[in-house]
Amino acid sequence: MMRFIHRLASPKYFYDVAGRIVPWAGWGALILILVGAYWGLVEAPADYQQGDSFRIIYVHVPAAWMSLFIYVVMAAAGAIGLVWRIKLAEIIAIASAPIGASFTFLALVTGSLWGKPMWGTWWVWDARLTSELILLFLYLGVMALYGAVEDKRMASRAAAILAIVGVVNIPIIHYSVEWWNTLHQGPTVTKLDKPSIAPEMLWPLLIMAVGFQLYYVATVLMRARVELLERERNSRWVQELVQPR
Amino acid sequence: MSFQEFLHMGGYAAYVWTSYALALVVLIANVVQPLLQRRRLFAALARKRRRSARN
Amino acid sequence: MSALSTPRAMALLLRRDLLLAYRRRAELINPLLFFVLIATLFPLGVGADSRLLQTAGPGIVWVAALLAALLSLDSVFRSDFEDGTLEQLMLSAHPVSLLVLAKVFAHWLVTGVPLILVSPLIGVLLSIPSRAMPVLVASLALGTPVLSLIGAVGVALTVGLRRAGIILSLLVLPLYVPVLIFASSAVDAASSGLPVGPQLYILAAMLVAAVSLAPVAAAASLRVSLS
Repeated sequence: MMRFIHRLASPKYFYDVAGRIVPWAGWGALILILVGAYWGLVEAPADYQQGDSFRIIYVHVPAAWMSLFIYVVMAAAGAIGLVWRIKLAEIIAIASAPIGASFTFLALVTGSLWGKPMWGTWWVWDARLTSELILLFLYLGVMALYGAVEDKRMASRAAAILAIVGVVNIPIIHYSVEWWNTLHQGPTVTKLDKPSIAPEMLWPLLIMAVGFQLYYVATVLMRARVELLERERNSRWVQELVQPR
Repeated sequence: MSFQEFLHMGGYAAYVWTSYALALVVLIANVVQPLLQRRRLFAALARKRRRSARN
Repeated sequence: MSALSTPRAMALLLRRDLLLAYRRRAELINPLLFFVLIATLFPLGVGADSRLLQTAGPGIVWVAALLAALLSLDSVFRSDFEDGTLEQLMLSAHPVSLLVLAKVFAHWLVTGVPLILVSPLIGVLLSIPSRAMPVLVASLALGTPVLSLIGAVGVALTVGLRRAGIILSLLVLPLYVPVLIFASSAVDAASSGLPVGPQLYILAAMLVAAVSLAPVAAAASLRVSLS
């Protein structure tokens, strides 16, 4: 096992292994997302209260789950990179940031699109939407810091520290926003709470969630591979990859 | 259920289809971006190699 | 040199920073003026209706305090970074996190404490009732050190950058959200005569957590920024 990890830590080996995983994860994600979307859009019955607008949750909820999950992965990979000086962990961390940010963005916009017919307005200061908005800022901060530092090695370590600080703060931010929300609660907010979801509505949701997970695996490895090539551009294996003799 | 009804989404068509279209755009963008970046990198490396071969 | 104990080194660092701040006292006025100015602009923008100000007042004071703290943050490490003092500090035998703590404390003394002292004046301008004044001062006394400590991490991460200002605010402001929520809610509750214990206790807990964690994170960040 340790030997496998050591070999995986060598850039070229990682590049090859990741290259073999990407198509599997990618096609798996595509199939699951298509099945989930078909099931959610066509097969699942309309909600008795919200009608067909509830079908947005098949995008919104998995995206919101992923936004948190990816942030935690990013911080964990960043911590591993900082403590053990593993370059690949740093690369995974920094490759996760744009994907996580786009899921956060997706969760926000679909939440707002769902809220319009439900609440009658595009935006309410609902606890979940508000924390999601702050999460987006945290992601953008990590990306901006990474982009601003010239030296990429240093940049990814700085971004990793920021991600760790953020992950310590996320629960505090979340609970304070929730508490704040109960103070200033509007009357309609509880509409979003689904007391119990019918199984034929739940299954497509779970399929979508797994599909998004696989999609994340595929895209993060794609990004990590390119990032790896960028950083190792002067090494021999990259030279040979670009133009085999 | 007819196809018309399906597209209509019980009156919520604008919201539902915008959400799904947006999701599609975001998902595709995240795949295309690394591919483009990879192509740019390969082009840059090839240019560099040609330049050093000439000298 | 080696006989210097860590508490003594921290005390010397604190004295040095305070002395430097005193020599540049004109600069210290600016964040304070900024604080007062923002608090003056708000009534001009939203109208001087005293009921409106009473509900919005606590939030306005705290947003102004947040921005003023942000404005003054850069000076925690900037000049020491530029003249090389920071690198010398990193090379010393003492734990960097404790030295950072001393520096942040000095910074809070020269930027945070003045904010606390003028806050009753701002409170009057924003028609915060006088029974809420002690709570306003207490919330600032507990909250501004947290702002300085969290801010120090952000500054440590961006100290090597040429134009750090906007990035710094992007890094730091989202992390200020919990302080803003609890502090302004404490003032809000006090002005309507409700108990404020829970909010102040939570602020105190945040302060304790920030004192123990932020210097470590800031020291790690400095090590990255200076490498």
